[in-house]
Amino acid sequence: MSFNSEESLWLSGNEAIALGAWEAGVQVASGYPGTPSTEILENLSTYDGVYTEWAPNEKVGLEVALGASFAGVRALATMKHVGLNVAADPLFTASYTGGRGGLVVLTADDPEMHSSQNEQDNRNYAFAAKLPMLEPSDPAEARDMLVRAFELSEQYDTPVLFRITTRIAHVKGVVQKGARAELASPSIEKIPGKFVMLPGPARVRRGEVEKRMIAMRAHAETLEINTIEEGDTRRGFITSGVPYNYVKEAFPDAAVLKLGMVWPLPAGKIADFAARVEELIIVEELDPFLETHIKAMGISCRGKELIPAQGELNSFIVRKAIDPGSIGEIFAPLDLPMRPPNMCAGCPHRGLFYCLSKMKDVFVSGDIGCYTLGFLPPLSAMDTCVCMGASVTVAHGMAKALGKEGEGRLVAVLGDSTFMHSGITGLVNSVYNDSYTTVIILDNRITAMTGHQHNPASGCTIKGEPANAIDFEQLCRAVGVKRITVVNPHDIDETRRVLKEEVAIPETTVVISRAPCVLLPSEIKRKKPLYYTNTDNCTGCRACVNLGCPAISWTPLTPEEAVEKGYREKQQGFAMITEVQCNGCGQCACVCKFDAITLKEEE
Amino acid sequence: MKQSGNILFSGVGGQGILLASELTAYAQLAAGFDVKKSEVHGMAQRGGSVVAHLRYGEKIYSPLIEPGKADIQVAFEELEAARYLPYLHKNSAVVVNTQKILPPAVATGKTSYPTNILDELRNRDIRVVALDAFAVARDIGELRTANVVMVGAMSHFLAVSPQIFLEVIDQRVKQQFREVNKKAFAAGRDLVNA
Ligand SMILES: Cc1ncc(C[n+]2csc(CCOP(=O)(O)OP(=O)(O)O)c2C)c(N)n1
Repeated sequence: MSFNSEESLWLSGNEAIALGAWEAGVQVASGYPGTPSTEILENLSTYDGVYTEWAPNEKVGLEVALGASFAGVRALATMKHVGLNVAADPLFTASYTGGRGGLVVLTADDPEMHSSQNEQDNRNYAFAAKLPMLEPSDPAEARDMLVRAFELSEQYDTPVLFRITTRIAHVKGVVQKGARAELASPSIEKIPGKFVMLPGPARVRRGEVEKRMIAMRAHAETLEINTIEEGDTRRGFITSGVPYNYVKEAFPDAAVLKLGMVWPLPAGKIADFAARVEELIIVEELDPFLETHIKAMGISCRGKELIPAQGELNSFIVRKAIDPGSIGEIFAPLDLPMRPPNMCAGCPHRGLFYCLSKMKDVFVSGDIGCYTLGFLPPLSAMDTCVCMGASVTVAHGMAKALGKEGEGRLVAVLGDSTFMHSGITGLVNSVYNDSYTTVIILDNRITAMTGHQHNPASGCTIKGEPANAIDFEQLCRAVGVKRITVVNPHDIDETRRVLKEEVAIPETTVVISRAPCVLLPSEIKRKKPLYYTNTDNCTGCRACVNLGCPAISWTPLTPEEAVEKGYREKQQGFAMITEVQCNGCGQCACVCKFDAITLKEEE
Repeated sequence: MKQSGNILFSGVGGQGILLASELTAYAQLAAGFDVKKSEVHGMAQRGGSVVAHLRYGEKIYSPLIEPGKADIQVAFEELEAARYLPYLHKNSAVVVNTQKILPPAVATGKTSYPTNILDELRNRDIRVVALDAFAVARDIGELRTANVVMVGAMSHFLAVSPQIFLEVIDQRVKQQFREVNKKAFAAGRDLVNA
């Protein structure tokens, strides 16, 4: 596709989807951040003529979009794959109600778990919720198909699932722009038979769902996004989404049936294609979704017996799986030190986890956010991570199992955005059911992990305009927590003292660990105190090194070198602050007992 | 002109590899190629190892470079140049910034930073161009142009004319930084030609 700057744009899949949503005339969009979906709403929020918001979680986001659809306008909900689990409750019943304005629910799956805790294949939701699902293969198609998804949604009175993966969301390609569709006028219409899903009306709608899926299955046969590309029929491929590209790359001459709509499937077209090729291979990422349903049609084919069902594919994997002989030699990887992500220099989370790392008896029920990096050495201060909000509830469940045995030993840690997402319901449970756990809210004033999205406690809307901010102290008090303490996690001594005290109390206590993320623009601009290492005083105790701060490095010494530098012979090295990397949090100065780290002014 | 190619950008989160890969992508688009580029956001950005794949040609399907198929690697850090060895082939060109950023296990003294890692590449018939992009950028008077110095050095290995890169800088870089970035590009390119 050639690039002509009049009509073409160079966009990521997520930017292309935002463009498509705007062009389709979406008027309300809601969602919760989550890699790789986040930039869709961020981009859409920069367009005029569309309302966008961050919801506290995906269930809320989907319900907001459903409401807008009930009011007659086109609406979009966006989330990452695991977000759809949270939103599954409204999803399954929205399948019955349908809407008035077109409704598209976007799920961004993450094969290979680049930034996720599991790699579920959300095509299964289309089958389970009896909903159509479209799946583009690159950014240009993502824009085009999103517009198409809204048309189908209105034509068949159904929410449409739109599945992308990391290699759509964060891939850039050439995209053609179009014009914006005419906008629908919102109105109130009472349609109880469609909107009130009590058993009576729901049974009627259940029948409508079947009729709709039969009609869509028929339409799938001629739908322009389900295409046959003629070619060598000795080996034919059925594929969809990003894997289509890998097939084209690995077997450019083969005949291909590319499915733009992965549910419901065009049984006739598939049978027809299968009959024309000598060998039929299904290439799909993750689950054998197409394969299972194609085999159920009585068509013989091969899929997962060749293609891995785990992780991300690429053209190399596809070629190797099907034609192992065609692979040349590849250089073996070198054995190099790993470079995992780390909390930033000056990250407030570090102070809190340092304190927890010193409480060896305590079990830390963790959660998901930047602070999950507290799991990594040298802090190694997190003992569970399951899903958002689970820190509070898992700690409570352990407490109930352990009884007296666990007293003073169970804490939950979760971020401000995670607390708003699904931590609060767990806290209500802990208070109600008389827990003795300590819930630590790591309040860095932002949703940091996914790239700084605002949340209900941060005081700003998605557009960065002032918003009502939830007050955590008041909220916790309102649900019945009696002991709520706020600490500054950069003050290590005070934080340790408070944690010790609160963890020992046999009731539900809350500690709010509050200091802003160092990457917030206001923090980047703030003039920070400068710390420096007075290496003469360093005894090599490693207390500061054990913070794991990227601005602190360790220089090993041989006994001779140690003596030469004026240290004791036994001293194995010394620590240094890399001043350009230091963000001036002062945690290392707190933990240094030998005056080897001081403020610049104190020189 | 070579009709297709694969360029891998590697470095450490926060080093600015995205801008370098963007300029390269726009230059290839201006030269009339189809281009796809793949990045990873999220978790990896917190100081972790990061990589971007850029592919150009008449029609590009896959956004990912296959192992053994990267023609050029632009590495912003030495260790990260070596990490992606399986993507390279004999005769690949690697333009590497000789900066060393210590990974956590090295910074905390658990292990040491490998020595002579670039020889591991050279020994496999990979052409290595090592340069101190920060020193070059400092001489130009703007440290932040180090990534454009790298693009300049890399451009030597592409058929796209340097003029196209300069035009892209004109179109994509803010007015006040244009001249210094063009200088950075030229300085990087000269380093390899010399
Ligand atoms: C159900 C679900 N939705 C979204 C995500 C993606 N996600 C992971 S962490 C996170 C935000 C964490 O923010 P916060 O709790 O404020 O912690 P911080 O990163 O700021 O430390 C999000 C949105 C997820 N893992 N699961």
